[in-house]
Amino acid sequence: MDRTETVIDIEHLKKSFGRNIILKDINLKINRGETIVTLGKSGTGKSVTLKCIVGLIKPDSGSVKVLGKNIPELSYEGLQYMRKKIGFVFQSGALYDSMSVRENLQFPLIRNTDLNKEDIDKKVEEVLKDVGLSQAIDKMPSELSGGMKKRIGVARTIIMNPEIMLWDEPTTGLDPETTRDISHLIVRMQRKYKVTSIVVTHDMICAKIVANRIVVLKDGTYTESGTYDELERSDDEFVRSFFEEVKEDENSSLSNYTGSDAAKKSIKK
Amino acid sequence: MLKNFLPGSVRDIFLETWGIFDFSMRFFREVFKPPYNINEVIKQFFQIGNKSLGLVGITGFIIGFVLALQAIPTLQPFGATSLIPSMVGLGIVLEIGPVITGLICAGKIGSSIGAELGSMKVTEQIDAMEVSACNPFNFLVISRVISTTLMIPLLIIYADVIALLGGYLALNVVSDVSIGLYFSQVFDALSIGDIIGPTIKTFFFGFTIGIVGCYKGYNADKGTESVGVAANSSVVISSLMVIIWDMIAVQITNIIL
Repeated sequence: MDRTETVIDIEHLKKSFGRNIILKDINLKINRGETIVTLGKSGTGKSVTLKCIVGLIKPDSGSVKVLGKNIPELSYEGLQYMRKKIGFVFQSGALYDSMSVRENLQFPLIRNTDLNKEDIDKKVEEVLKDVGLSQAIDKMPSELSGGMKKRIGVARTIIMNPEIMLWDEPTTGLDPETTRDISHLIVRMQRKYKVTSIVVTHDMICAKIVANRIVVLKDGTYTESGTYDELERSDDEFVRSFFEEVKEDENSSLSNYTGSDAAKKSIKK
Repeated sequence: MLKNFLPGSVRDIFLETWGIFDFSMRFFREVFKPPYNINEVIKQFFQIGNKSLGLVGITGFIIGFVLALQAIPTLQPFGATSLIPSMVGLGIVLEIGPVITGLICAGKIGSSIGAELGSMKVTEQIDAMEVSACNPFNFLVISRVISTTLMIPLLIIYADVIALLGGYLALNVVSDVSIGLYFSQVFDALSIGDIIGPTIKTFFFGFTIGIVGCYKGYNADKGTESVGVAANSSVVISSLMVIIWDMIAVQITNIIL
């Protein structure tokens, strides 16, 4: 794996909705195998950036080059081809609720590959094992918890062996333990499948566990970039506010937590 | 340009009409492109057809029964009860059967498609299909529109038959007519053109109900309220379109026949 190869190259990306300017000037380069965490307050355009990368939203101007191809300039067929190389994990999991877990996982393979039924079943079982939910294979999405839905969402994405994974707030709405589980799952997937990842979150537990590098989005542009430890020591008050929030949250969740001391220690870690 | 010259509500109607037209054109561009979702079409046949049999059957029966029952006191004083089968047959096959069943289907099937796709849009399931290169239009829209286009005409024929049976039962309240004679009088009054014309328009009803339901659901805004809006506007627009298609079909049939 060539870790110096740039797989995502965003230059001067701008996007507004009506008079509301969301992205003013986004510039970002991501090398192969890197895991970038995008931090920012709600409504600052973190998810919009991800959706521009995967072609769900067309930017007003600027370029979004993924594996050398400028996404906004691609035809629908070209975009579909690129999307096979990009995995997108939605905040809610976005499982198809009329299909069972098995059918959810089979669906992209049936539509996009020539694999036979046996190979498809084998892949389904393999990715379910990877996310630790082999027993849920015949369940419907309505029977799954929030954390399980997210794991199945991850499984449905990695089953296509993408080169790039985009994670849209993967831990939002989850308790600290499940947040930690999902974050470690991201790291495991990163190591096993050697993917390049962008994780959008405002959850610092997740950021700490998964990030090689963190970029901070403020006022429609990236203002800071660095490792978790570097940003923790940042002079910028806005950046520090994230780290202060997590300390408060951790203290508050620990004081309200009624579990064992061992579990408290695990959360504190 | 429209923005400058037209008031908001008129502009919205133009934009909506254009949106539905454009969506329909996309359907025709993609309908013959692979992959072909045979299983999904069969599933939708079941959802649309089988699950509507009860409602359409009861409605059809009541329409036929009431139509005959209303005609009896009017025609009986003139000794013209023998004309009731012809009247019921013509009324049901030409107009009442297709239109009422079309409206019932617009309500039941149109709202169900609008709500289902609207809900999928709101919960990002359509986006999830899009980003996994699965072309949600091909999978969701084409299968549903094919199913409504083929299944609603069958439902209308089924409703017509039940309505004619309802008419027969009502007629038996006042006179002792055999079912064979009743149906023979019904079909004597109907020419081939009387059957083909209304049957053709039912395909347009089916297509319209499917395409409008899919359009409203597929283009629903974010937020749970949008699901209700998508379902509601699917019913309103497709019901209106059923009436408009009916009017056009009657004019064309009159010119041709």
